[in-house]
Amino acid sequence: MTASTFEQVRNVASDIFGVPADKITAESSPETVESWDSMQHLNLVLAIEEKFGVQLEPEDIEQMKNIGAVAALVEKLQSAAR
Amino acid sequence: MSDSTSISTPADHNPSSLRAEIDRLIAEGALDLATRRLAELWRRDPASGTASFVISRLDGLLEKTPERPALTKFKLAILRSFTVEPIVPLLRAEAFAYGIDLEVHLGDFNTYVQEVLDGGSSLYRFAPNVVVLAVRTDQAAPELWRDFADLVPEAAQQAGGRVVHGYEQWIGAFRKHCQASLIIHSLERPASPSLGVLDDQSEAGQSGLIRQINRELRRIAVEFQGVYILDYDALVARHGSEHFHDERKWLTARLPIAAGYVLPMAREWMRFIVPLSGRTAKVLVVDLDNTLWGGVIGEDGMAGIKVGPEYPGAAYQALQRALLDLSRKGILLAVCSKNNLDDAMEALEKHPGMLVRAKHFAAMRVNWTDKAQNLREIAQELNVGIDALAFLDDNPFEREQVRAALPEVTVINLPKNPLEYASAVRNCAAFERLTLSAEDQQRTEMYAAQKQRSGAEQNFQSKEDFFRHLEQEAELEPVSDLTLARVAQLTQKTNQFNLTTRRYTEPQIAEMAKQPGWRISSIKVRDRFGDHGLVGVAIAHDEGEQCEVDTFLLSCRVIGRTVETALLAHLAESAALRGRKRLVGWFLPTKKNAPARDFYEQHGFERQATNGGGSLWALDLKSSTLHCPDWIKLKVSVGSRIAETTPGGKN
Repeated sequence: MTASTFEQVRNVASDIFGVPADKITAESSPETVESWDSMQHLNLVLAIEEKFGVQLEPEDIEQMKNIGAVAALVEKLQSAAR
Repeated sequence: MSDSTSISTPADHNPSSLRAEIDRLIAEGALDLATRRLAELWRRDPASGTASFVISRLDGLLEKTPERPALTKFKLAILRSFTVEPIVPLLRAEAFAYGIDLEVHLGDFNTYVQEVLDGGSSLYRFAPNVVVLAVRTDQAAPELWRDFADLVPEAAQQAGGRVVHGYEQWIGAFRKHCQASLIIHSLERPASPSLGVLDDQSEAGQSGLIRQINRELRRIAVEFQGVYILDYDALVARHGSEHFHDERKWLTARLPIAAGYVLPMAREWMRFIVPLSGRTAKVLVVDLDNTLWGGVIGEDGMAGIKVGPEYPGAAYQALQRALLDLSRKGILLAVCSKNNLDDAMEALEKHPGMLVRAKHFAAMRVNWTDKAQNLREIAQELNVGIDALAFLDDNPFEREQVRAALPEVTVINLPKNPLEYASAVRNCAAFERLTLSAEDQQRTEMYAAQKQRSGAEQNFQSKEDFFRHLEQEAELEPVSDLTLARVAQLTQKTNQFNLTTRRYTEPQIAEMAKQPGWRISSIKVRDRFGDHGLVGVAIAHDEGEQCEVDTFLLSCRVIGRTVETALLAHLAESAALRGRKRLVGWFLPTKKNAPARDFYEQHGFERQATNGGGSLWALDLKSSTLHCPDWIKLKVSVGSRIAETTPGGKN
């Protein structure tokens, strides 16, 4: 996971969840971020797809258990597309 | 805020440093600048994440100062058969960019029928200005969508009839309970019909029947006031069904729209919300060099500039066609260019590739002064507010300068590629209109006649001589089905000569006209130079011994030519004839209606009361000497009124 993908994902999550970016870590998850409910999860999925030009399958979405996992997923999809 | 130090060019910020700057500005209390930077952020990066940021900061700003003067409050309810929650932040951010503070109420999933039919539902308690009925074919016409191949032709036809009948009933019920505007999504056709290419060989196929339902929906919408069709089928087609839809999201989250098309959906709604909220532009001010044509006329000359039927000149012709279409909708065109007047006029008058000519422009500023100052003068010359201007310029620096000095101007975000200019203009919601009056279609000619009038005025010794020379004829009549749209439009758009600035929709006007004791009069004016059309509205109601003026307004085109006196005199005389003793009315000041401030006082009214909101004036009808000026030929007709029942509402 490169720093830049993680940072970009973190910035998107900061916007969506309304939490300062420096408070978000790879371990941030629905358990630790109060506003991360199912509707915000959908918003996060849409924002990630929009930002990185990737398409997430239902199975991918289930794996998005914390921010680190989201960033790893984005990298995997991007390198598969290359 | 016109200091040039606060101008930032797009290169100054990346989106995350812009976010930090916005938070710093809010913390420092520089709220106007923070508001402007928020709009800039949205313009630069209109995405889902940005929308959440913009909305959270905007809500914070609104909490500090609930009445942001530059924002129009507007309430939207969405009744839906699918997940729209992720669209809402984008919609609110986009509305904010158009100067609208949009409050959104969402109906529950697929409960739109109950919500519409139940007069006490949360929908009606929300008191929306506008309601969107966003229902997809799979929900509105399930038989036609899923099991079409099972249906015999008669059954399919009947199913289509039931769908139409259902809509007709909901719309009728909606109108009984609510006067908000209603926007109905048309039904989309399936990307892959059940029977493949066979489907298209008959009008009674799956696609054919859905098309037929859409035609019927359009017919029903026309029969009701304030009901409009959003062509969802065409929206999907424009973007391509296979891109627009996302089956994964539909099956897992009931969101049928792919991530990249959530913003286009929001923008399609805005094309209705902007005109309904009155945040439209009345004048488009265009630059010349590299905007109306390619190249610089002062350097490249007539032979060097690019405009014509071939590429690259064709891109500029496409833009010019878009401009002419706007002028046919009643939007005035004006020029603001840093150029030598002779050079500019030669190109405008003589270049063979030009479609737009000097006669299409209601005002021109071709000079070397700064553009903000020129825009102020154009607004003044055309008698419109600064917020009625839109600005089209290829130069990002000029755009930023105008945004900084005149934040209320709609600045069009022109793409770098001239091939995209025309669609940037066509897609700007500030130019959308939902109704078109005869006045709108002739506005450019009317302004040309106005220029002649101003010339004539200077040759007369006294105002009275000039008024006599004008040979004005005015026609007064009660509002009718024919004039309803224009009357409502005037209440929504008139800012300057408007005593109470009460905004009404068509259904509200129609409802008022039916109330006993209420009178809604319109006035049309003609003079020797041309026809102004319907330019004034007065709404008054009898209360005991007095007649109270609810609304009194006049289009800025005819202010100061004593038409206002004629209209007021008519109110006074007819109230006296009905045995009223007093004519009373409020003046409610706004930022813009100073031209109407002394109106009652100048016509012999006496001030009765003043409170924080305004002043109440009264005229004793027994001692009144108010009458129509003898240089205006006044015709009062009884005219037809509003139809008693709303068509289609009876079943």
